[in-house]
Amino acid sequence: MSDISLETRKPMAIGRLPIGSIGRLPNGWWGMMMLVATESFLFLYLLFTYYYLAARAGSGFLPEAPPFFHLSGPNTLILIASSATLWYGERGARKGSRGQLLIGFLATLVLGAIFVGIQIVEWTEKPFTIASHAYGSTFFTVTGFHMAHVVGGLIMLLALTLWSAIGYFDEKRMAAISIGAIYWHFVDAVWIAVFFTFYITPYLR
Amino acid sequence: MAAADYQKRPEAGFVTEALEKKLHDMWETKPGLFGVIATVDHKVIGIRYIVTAFAFLVIGGLQALIMRIQLAQPDQTILTPEQYNQLFSMHGITMIFLYALPILSGFSNYLFPLLLGTRDMAFPRLNAFSYWIYLASGLFMYASFLIGEAPNNGWFNYAPYALKSFNPGLNMDFYALGMVFFGISTTVGAANFVVTVMRNRAPGMSINRLPIIIWGTTTVSVGILLANPAVSLAFFFLWLDRQFGTHFFDTAGGGQPLLWQHLFWIFAHPWVYIIVLPAMGMVSDALPVFCRRPLVAYTLVILGTITTMLLGFGVWVHHMFATGIPFLSMSYFSGASFIITIPSAIATFAWIATIWTGRIVMTTAFLYFAGFISMFVIGGVSGVVTASVPADLQLHDTYFVVAHLHYVLIGINLFGVLGGLYFWFPKMTGRMLSERLGRWNFWLTFLGFNLAFLPMHWTGLLGMPRRIYTYPEATGWSWVNMLTTVGSFVLAFGILLLFVNVWISLRRGAIAGRNPWDAPSLEWATSSPPPAYNFPVMPVVASRHPLWEDRLDESDGHSSIDRGLVLDDGKEMLATSVIDAEPRAILKMPEDDPWPFLVTIALTVGFTALLLHWWWIGVAAGVATLLGCVFWLWPRDDLAQTKGAAHE
Repeated sequence: MSDISLETRKPMAIGRLPIGSIGRLPNGWWGMMMLVATESFLFLYLLFTYYYLAARAGSGFLPEAPPFFHLSGPNTLILIASSATLWYGERGARKGSRGQLLIGFLATLVLGAIFVGIQIVEWTEKPFTIASHAYGSTFFTVTGFHMAHVVGGLIMLLALTLWSAIGYFDEKRMAAISIGAIYWHFVDAVWIAVFFTFYITPYLR
Repeated sequence: MAAADYQKRPEAGFVTEALEKKLHDMWETKPGLFGVIATVDHKVIGIRYIVTAFAFLVIGGLQALIMRIQLAQPDQTILTPEQYNQLFSMHGITMIFLYALPILSGFSNYLFPLLLGTRDMAFPRLNAFSYWIYLASGLFMYASFLIGEAPNNGWFNYAPYALKSFNPGLNMDFYALGMVFFGISTTVGAANFVVTVMRNRAPGMSINRLPIIIWGTTTVSVGILLANPAVSLAFFFLWLDRQFGTHFFDTAGGGQPLLWQHLFWIFAHPWVYIIVLPAMGMVSDALPVFCRRPLVAYTLVILGTITTMLLGFGVWVHHMFATGIPFLSMSYFSGASFIITIPSAIATFAWIATIWTGRIVMTTAFLYFAGFISMFVIGGVSGVVTASVPADLQLHDTYFVVAHLHYVLIGINLFGVLGGLYFWFPKMTGRMLSERLGRWNFWLTFLGFNLAFLPMHWTGLLGMPRRIYTYPEATGWSWVNMLTTVGSFVLAFGILLLFVNVWISLRRGAIAGRNPWDAPSLEWATSSPPPAYNFPVMPVVASRHPLWEDRLDESDGHSSIDRGLVLDDGKEMLATSVIDAEPRAILKMPEDDPWPFLVTIALTVGFTALLLHWWWIGVAAGVATLLGCVFWLWPRDDLAQTKGAAHE
């Protein structure tokens, strides 16, 4: 044990220390937390915009047909399922099973891609556009922001899957996997807030 | 095969010449163009920030002087109304965004690892990225002058005048995209400060031993992370409204012009505190050195800093008293604005008590700090006046508000920065600034500033609205305007003397040595300028004032500067626990890296493409940006991100 003996009653004892990217020790894990904090507020302000415009406009704000669940409902379940498959993959990484890691991540990639596809169908089904009225502007902008985050998350997962397949990680050196997973779970959690705002609240009046 | 045990026992040792040589070779930025582009040294980046921010200060100052010539006498036609609009808009944008925060980021970037007793910021490459984006977004916004279409709607840029139907040129598009671009720099910079403070400190530097500037910058960095998305979003909405006919701000499609004001001020009022609290931190750390005693009420000053930031999120509507919002809302925000004077006043009384009970060393830096305090009081009192709804309805959009905000921003930002420059210049360059020129520099800026802006309160009370390009003689505003113009030129001459002083002192200034002011904090424990690795061995801290322990008798132990962990197996740094700064891990730090610069280039092309509607180039630049990030983050052996790398 190398101790840094201070001229004090209690010398500071420093024993063996982990090196590099392990668990929650690397700065990257904390950096991801910063990203989550600032992005949470980004979506807070996005939803504030919707509620503010809705409250100021009064009754004429919502389009005539209320939002339907036939696409958005299953799509929400798909996104939640993708969080579960990601968790499964990450657990595989922790056990040192590259197979389980790759299965979980590939499943997440597929589910995420399906989400994007269904969302595009939903967009094309809408009878209004981003330029029709304030509701259309907020709907397409907020869901568009979320979609951009899903696509960004998919690119990130793609890189992580590639790196795992190459064999960069083992059960301890896998901080990149854990850090990336936080982002994907965050994007899923944001969708719950977006879904509640655009699909549930119109029925709560 | 069992996984490697990624642990090792760090060696403790003394500073030796061999160690210094070894560390120097590892940490030194390589010479040549590659080094210029790829460096991740926080000291180089910090100085770049400071130099760039001063360049923008000069440009913004020249814009102000041109406006002052125009306003010196009634009915002048030196500037057209449109030119005047562009000048006052770019003056505000430049000073508030491109000077006021970046200058503080520069000092904090330079000082953080030195004050914290570590070797670099938490994310050195992100740090380089943050600087490049700052530079690129500043140049992007200034490119608008090249085609004569600079932003022309003031720095707070209200809708609906910012919308396409009223403002068809590219002016607003430069501003909208430029601010989204600039926001990236601010955000990643803030995240870097927060993580550095939480995770990378000298062993033993628990949170009750942190210098105040660390508290100031960390507090505002959290504020930036939470506030900045609002303004990026507002500008993005504005851009959408202008390009794609969305209806966020125009009433025709159900939009709300006031939404702009809410989103803008939700960000911009916290921003006002963001650009002064770190400067207040600088004064709280440096002023006591010239009073030869520790700061009075350390804990209260920190609590005041944090409370000010928190309350700063709840006062934004006081910028909107004249918009016809409900009475209840005005009462609440007026009350909150009065309350915020309490935490702000704590620091003022702490400084006064420190001076009162100390033994003053009269240096230029001390004069600047004393000037800072007195002007903070004036700016604070005029702020209280405008927090009152009836007074504000009278004063709104008059020169009284202009006088108030200049007392706050020049008084509590620029004067703190100039004092800080006199204080830390010896550390950054190894040479002292001339005190004789310094006196001239201080007195000219102080008198020039007060001559320019004290009468301006009166200009406002006489009823002169801000942002008019000229005024008729019959108004009786001529003599106060002439006073302000004369004062602004004296102020500018004072600033010029600063640059003369820097120019001369860089060549012929007295050699500073390690600790010319006999100051207590860790940056003075290493040579001036510090080596690339900051500290040969990791210092261990046992008190709030590591270099004053002999005389203060604050704690049981002694800080250890000459003996500590060696960490010389590649670029290494300690990760420490958040509250007590106990060592938790050994981090591998990145070498010089061109990716931050290359990603900035891609982003610059992307934003330019969005400005000019070159959509396919925009898409290509977006793809290039993403690919750049993937290569930037590619797991590396030398950073111990991959299996098998870096174990015993």
